[in-house]
Amino acid sequence: MELIGSGIGALLESPVFLAAPPWENPDLFGEQIVAGLATGSIYALMALAIVLIYRSTDVLNFAQGEMAMFGAFAMWSLWLAGLEPWQIIIIGVMLAAGIGAVIERLAIRPTQGAPQLNVVVVTLGLFILLNSVATWVWAQGDLPKVFPSPLSTTASVDIGIARITEHRILILGVGLSIMVALFALFNYTKLGLAMRATAQNRLASQLMGINVGRMLTLGWALSAAVGGLAGLLIAPITFLHPGFMFSVLIFAFAAAVLGGLNSPPGAVVGGFIIGVGENLLGTYTPQDILGTEMKLPLILLLLVIVLLVRPTGLFGQPEARRV
Amino acid sequence: MAQLSVNALSKQFGGIVALQDVSFDVQEGEVLGLIGPNGAGKTTLFNCVSRFYDPDGGSISFDSVDLLRLPPHRVVRAGIARTFQNVLLFKGMTVLENVLVGQQSRARGGLLSWPLPLPRAWRKEQELRRSPLEILDWLGLADLRDLPAVGLPFGVQKRVELARALAANPKLLLLDEPASGLSHEELKGLAQLILAIRQDLKVTVLLVEHNMDLVMSISDRVCVLNFGRRIAVGTPDDVRSNPAVIEAYLGEQDAQG
Repeated sequence: MELIGSGIGALLESPVFLAAPPWENPDLFGEQIVAGLATGSIYALMALAIVLIYRSTDVLNFAQGEMAMFGAFAMWSLWLAGLEPWQIIIIGVMLAAGIGAVIERLAIRPTQGAPQLNVVVVTLGLFILLNSVATWVWAQGDLPKVFPSPLSTTASVDIGIARITEHRILILGVGLSIMVALFALFNYTKLGLAMRATAQNRLASQLMGINVGRMLTLGWALSAAVGGLAGLLIAPITFLHPGFMFSVLIFAFAAAVLGGLNSPPGAVVGGFIIGVGENLLGTYTPQDILGTEMKLPLILLLLVIVLLVRPTGLFGQPEARRV
Repeated sequence: MAQLSVNALSKQFGGIVALQDVSFDVQEGEVLGLIGPNGAGKTTLFNCVSRFYDPDGGSISFDSVDLLRLPPHRVVRAGIARTFQNVLLFKGMTVLENVLVGQQSRARGGLLSWPLPLPRAWRKEQELRRSPLEILDWLGLADLRDLPAVGLPFGVQKRVELARALAANPKLLLLDEPASGLSHEELKGLAQLILAIRQDLKVTVLLVEHNMDLVMSISDRVCVLNFGRRIAVGTPDDVRSNPAVIEAYLGEQDAQG
């Protein structure tokens, strides 16, 4: 837990003491917002990965974070072997997609038709398997490991409203591009239409000539690629250790539920709300009363309040079932 | 040669015989009604043709292709589309998107291409086959194209499902109880619509239906199943006067008291 704590701490880079209120120090406020949006886009990507699988397979993939962690460690090895940081991101995303496709075929497909709970247990098993193998293979010597970024994690740029590190600009830029690309994929292409059809009604999709099995494999590959990208982008900030995706996954689950588990736009909005909310809570709540450790419960409290008002999340559609 | 040829088809569920040695042909361009009391095996037969079920014995060929060797998602490309008794629409999609999925199997262009017909200026090069928009227009659904399918009245949903099936440009259309759940007004239009599908679109129709007036008025031939067996096949008049058919239906009425 020590490591996870330090991971979150590094992730937030928030001051230890209660900061000056926004009207006295607007720069700090702007910085916290922008940094929160950057972390938020990581949560949004992870939440998207979760939602993509939930929509098409009705499964909450608890191994989503560990799949990203596993891929990040593999890329760390390649970095040591001499690859450039930008090559690592591209190859890493492709590797993650491959991991997702293999997991769908070998571990998820055989559970088709089994009760939902069985599939949940399979993803929990994957969680433990991936974590154990990563610990066995990579977690030797000093932890956490330094993970490279194509841009600097310390040098910052003034973007008008705030100063922000180059790496966080990369996170925001890549994150937003991926979100736009996914939106275009699902709404304006044949493939996206076929994937949505498969997610909604497999029988009817098959009838209309869609290769449902291939769409499910593709869906897992796409989701794993998006989640893997989130891992590769956050690792230079949190550094690498076998538990580095735990907290990201919890915040991403919160983001997905907040936005509505079956709504990709909801996942994005939820991710940004949680990212910014986390930063503002960390900055403006009195540390001696609440402390950094209380941020997660506070975010989850916000989540509970939203769900009391809108049980399906901000953007979720209640599922209509003929009774 | 027959377009669809069902030969000695058998299917059991556990110990229950759903189909036993059922054989019949569907000729190109005809409307064939498939009738029988509840539990006669009509829907099972549809599900075998759609490849949702693997029959235990027998064969099904379509345009000289052995259907049983195709995976389910290839059936529509072979030229067979269907609708469902309870309507299986993509509920989170609009009317138009549903029809676009139907057109998916025959649409040109790669997987990342835009599934809608191009703007008018580019459309001269478009294939002359019916576009999704034309089908919606033809079925009187054009105004509803951007509405979510889920909120529409049941009768309209059935028409959307029909539009989706037609968008696949089938040679044979399987209609599973198209009249069930329709209002009196909608029923009146249905007979004309099915005949127009046959006449104008040159699509063969295989129809499961409980509404006898409808089946008898539009079918060229009728095939009767009872307890999984074919008990009669012929013109509506032949079938109506067939003693085995009368017994099957009267027997059922007796059983229902």
